[in-house]
Amino acid sequence: MTGKPRPDGATTVLDPTAETAPAWRPLRPRPASLDGLTIGLLDISKPRGDVFLDRIEARLQEQGLRVRRYTKPTFTKPAPVDLRQEIAMHCDVVIEALAD
Amino acid sequence: MSATAVEPTPIALPDGLVAVVKRDCPTCVEVVPVLEELQHGPGLTVVCQDDPSFPGPATVDDRDLEISWHLRIETVPTLLRIDGGKEAGRTVGWHRQRWEALAGTSDLGAGLPDQRPGCGSRTLDPDVAALLDVRHRGHLMRSRRVSFSALEDDFEAMWERGWTDGLPVVPPTEARVLAMLDATTRPADDVVAVVAPNLVPATVEKVAVNAVMAGCRPEYLPVVLAAVEAACTDAFNIHGVLATTYSVGPVLVVNGPVARAIGLNSGVNVLGQGHRANATIGRALQLVVRNVGGGRPGEIDRATLGNPGKVGLCLAEDETDSPWEPLAVARGVAPGRSAVTVLAGGGVRTAADQKSRTPEDLTRSLARSMRGQEALLVVSPDHGRIYRQSGWTRQRLADELAELLPARTGLGGAEPPELLIAYAGGRAGLFSGVMEGWVGGSAGSVPVTVEVGS
Repeated sequence: MTGKPRPDGATTVLDPTAETAPAWRPLRPRPASLDGLTIGLLDISKPRGDVFLDRIEARLQEQGLRVRRYTKPTFTKPAPVDLRQEIAMHCDVVIEALAD
Repeated sequence: MSATAVEPTPIALPDGLVAVVKRDCPTCVEVVPVLEELQHGPGLTVVCQDDPSFPGPATVDDRDLEISWHLRIETVPTLLRIDGGKEAGRTVGWHRQRWEALAGTSDLGAGLPDQRPGCGSRTLDPDVAALLDVRHRGHLMRSRRVSFSALEDDFEAMWERGWTDGLPVVPPTEARVLAMLDATTRPADDVVAVVAPNLVPATVEKVAVNAVMAGCRPEYLPVVLAAVEAACTDAFNIHGVLATTYSVGPVLVVNGPVARAIGLNSGVNVLGQGHRANATIGRALQLVVRNVGGGRPGEIDRATLGNPGKVGLCLAEDETDSPWEPLAVARGVAPGRSAVTVLAGGGVRTAADQKSRTPEDLTRSLARSMRGQEALLVVSPDHGRIYRQSGWTRQRLADELAELLPARTGLGGAEPPELLIAYAGGRAGLFSGVMEGWVGGSAGSVPVTVEVGS
């Protein structure tokens, strides 16, 4: 009844998507060196992620680098906005890690 | 009335008598002598829907039905009197007395019977009505229009754009979406929920587009809207349910009069195929999450295995002879109201027990089919009878199961999901169903019940 094609055979439909073709967001260039940068380590709260990150932290500190640690409240939900903002404010690069 | 209704605006008509006719209508043909009498007498404008030369050269051409639509003509012939640009009266079909009263004359249509019923206006022909509807109300829908050329296969074109879950979808034409929107009183631009993972506000219109694609009939829309609202709460956490490597997806349980009204199955093969409402309502939610929220398998949906119910799983609870109050009532919805409960569920195991005759035995047996991580127990009529005859409440069954499953744990030692109990299934078979769940509590997913609106 209601889906008849047009006489010219073309069909017009409504876009079912959010129509927010994501704006192109290029990756930031990788830093040539970590010297002088602050590195954030984000634990997503999966079991043993901290073990892995402890080791990464130790290795980075051996090189004299500044490290800050962060933890998501739960791995099942996205990081809260304030946590994301805090990391963005204080860190130059972030390593997000899990070990399951 | 639908919120997307449009009131026709008055159109300019000459004062005096106006007759709307069509050549295809025998009554219109029969009254041609009357039309001529009126044209020569008090004056008459004839508007014809299908032939601008009928009954004569002075006829106003309304083959595009613009005038008829604006006058809301339902029957031809319709005779109207226009005074000062406004309608002062109308009559439909041929009725000598009423025509004479409108025309202010007498002795009309000598030789004609006193009255004759008219015919349906062309504006009401089903295919024409849909086109007129789109012409006059299409602007109320804001979604981007996408046209497929005559050389494209509609179904292939929609798949290629990434809009489908792998099964064919119904093309969401303007006419189909309008018909879907007419099934709710909510305006098309009303925001139903913010849909994860991209946190996009989903309007009633976007939900309707995806419901059309899923194969829903318009009357399912209020249930789909409630399901989308329920799934997109922080408590249900559709983001986590989607993103987890675990197998679960949203499962919908519908209670109340709407289930029977729209033909939702609560009986034979309740978790299987064969019922349109069951098959398409859950799928509509899945397509909303996919298309509006941007949650696609392999992207944010990271399920290692998934489960067949992730295409869409919706069941109604059998409320005809249930041992218990409806699930929605147990969850706080007023009796007699319709509601959707969404839970994170996965694979179903059949819990067979053809021997137990007491609720204690049956409960022990059901518990043996469970691991302590289930989200839903579907008690069949044959098993439910044992609980009904013994007067066991839903709560008692839940409590006894909890006793028997002391080590009830969630995935990886996390909080277990809440176990819901529903009554459904075919009339024969001493089998119930247990459906696995995911992580419960605030770090996982909690079932959410939302009332179905209008």
